[in-house]
Amino acid sequence: MADALHLDAVGQKQQHSKAKRIALEIFAIILMLVVLSPFVIVLFNSAKTFDHITRDPVSPPENWENLRINIEAVMHDPTTDFIGAFKDSTIITVLSLVVIVIFSAMAAWVLVRNKSKFSNFTFMMFVAAMVIPFQVVMYPLVYFLKSIGDFLGTRMLGTYHGIVFAYLGFGCSLSIFVFHGFIKSIPLALEESAFIDGCSQPGVFFKIILPLLVPTITTVAILNGIWIWNDYLLPLLVLGGNGEVQTIPLAVTAFAGSYVKQWNLIMTAALLAMVPIVVLFIFAQKYIIRGMVEGAIK
Amino acid sequence: MKRSKVWDAVFLAPCIFALIMVVLIPFVQGVSFSLTDWNGVRSEIHYVGFDNYKDMFNSVEFLYSFRITLLYTLINVIMVNIVAFLLALLVTSRVRGKNLYRAAFFVPNLIGGIVLGYTWQFMFNDFFTAIGKSLGIGWMSSSMIANKNLVLLAMSIVNTWQYAGYIMLIFVAGIQSTSQEVMEAATVDGASYIQRVVKILIPMIASSFTISLFLTITNSFKAFDLNVALTNGGPSMRFMGSVVKSSQLLALTIYNKSITSKELAKGQAMSVVFFLMLVVFSLLQVYISKKREVEA
Repeated sequence: MADALHLDAVGQKQQHSKAKRIALEIFAIILMLVVLSPFVIVLFNSAKTFDHITRDPVSPPENWENLRINIEAVMHDPTTDFIGAFKDSTIITVLSLVVIVIFSAMAAWVLVRNKSKFSNFTFMMFVAAMVIPFQVVMYPLVYFLKSIGDFLGTRMLGTYHGIVFAYLGFGCSLSIFVFHGFIKSIPLALEESAFIDGCSQPGVFFKIILPLLVPTITTVAILNGIWIWNDYLLPLLVLGGNGEVQTIPLAVTAFAGSYVKQWNLIMTAALLAMVPIVVLFIFAQKYIIRGMVEGAIK
Repeated sequence: MKRSKVWDAVFLAPCIFALIMVVLIPFVQGVSFSLTDWNGVRSEIHYVGFDNYKDMFNSVEFLYSFRITLLYTLINVIMVNIVAFLLALLVTSRVRGKNLYRAAFFVPNLIGGIVLGYTWQFMFNDFFTAIGKSLGIGWMSSSMIANKNLVLLAMSIVNTWQYAGYIMLIFVAGIQSTSQEVMEAATVDGASYIQRVVKILIPMIASSFTISLFLTITNSFKAFDLNVALTNGGPSMRFMGSVVKSSQLLALTIYNKSITSKELAKGQAMSVVFFLMLVVFSLLQVYISKKREVEA
């Protein structure tokens, strides 16, 4: 794989080829530094006082102690509850992923195994729904969720269960599609023998199918997780810009709105928003990259 | 024991229920609202047929936004795919530490448009201009996102920085699935590197190009978060005798129309056109992929 593209003709002098490779490596390193530089700029400017950043946004910070001061200022800001937003983003992302993964896998399994016109139609309906952009449904959705809430006597807007339900609706199509592709390759014999042994249908699913789906579950969780964690418009409409439940993108927007031009604090807020996902990426790099590619190619 | 219809229904129910409630019913409502004069708040509502659509195609704001959204999409398709393909060549070449570069180029993709938008707003408004001023470089001393002629390009640069690493991975997957032998045979036959890439590699990974092309098209066409946080549509300019916001892409125009300025029905009409454009893109993609399968 690595040598799919020989940069030099076979038989050329090795010396020449080595020089070329080193030149290419230097280029790659410079390019990498350029791509990563905005992160360094955010870090540097998060460690500056307001006076310093206004005077000089380019040079490195004079005193790293300011980073701690800025982080505390952002964390304890009375208007935007950053710590609360971290908690809410985590709860919403995790709950949505659990719900999306389990329900989509269940639906995809039935759609693969139960071959009927209804199954085909349902599968096509999920696939077709992927084309619908959020802009068409956003207002009716909020309006509708509000009326369902009033009807059922439970609030759907501004609550965890309301937004998780919305994410299930928007996330299940792609997830079913990805699971569907994988489940087709699982031999039917496995489940049939379990049924013969007297296993119930939920038993077969949870004991036999779900464990086989683990690699696909990571793919589905990564695709949906990155989207939900970073999503802005759906939480803005379903949770409201200054509701009790807030996500990180909402908190960052609110923060940037109330601290106009205080770039040292806005950069600190951006830094705090970036850190968890970058740390996660460092540890789960292999899975994240594989998940993103599989999700796109399927 | 065997499969039962009841359990099948129970297993399907949650997703079907959520899809109907969250996507399908609001979709039908959304399309029907576009045929009314409802503002989203008051209780009065009248059927007006296709008036909103007729008005829309006479609205300078919509026409301008539609135009720049297509332009923005075109710039991104070209920039993202070229950069991503070159990056893919780099990280599949013989350089050492490929995985490190691959990961580094991909990182911007993990951060959301809102956070990146504010970061790059600072970069364009303060960081680059400070460098420009201290070095005495005239064009760098004023912000790109405050210039109505450059703001779309600035947004495309940020989008390319964010998205090229992802598209690169798709090209890498394509390159890795091709056989080395053909490339090696061409090398033996004396084909230059560029000849091998253009004549052999690109045709072999044509399906990766289809995927990348359509991912970039839909991603740029639907751009919203970055648009809000980086420019929020600004700066204003004159277009066909009216004042328009020079970088307000379609998704943001729809949001402002429906939610901010309380002209819901007009916003819904725009969103239906927006939807139809995405349908056209998707059908085109399906058609091209099917055609390729038949040929192959």
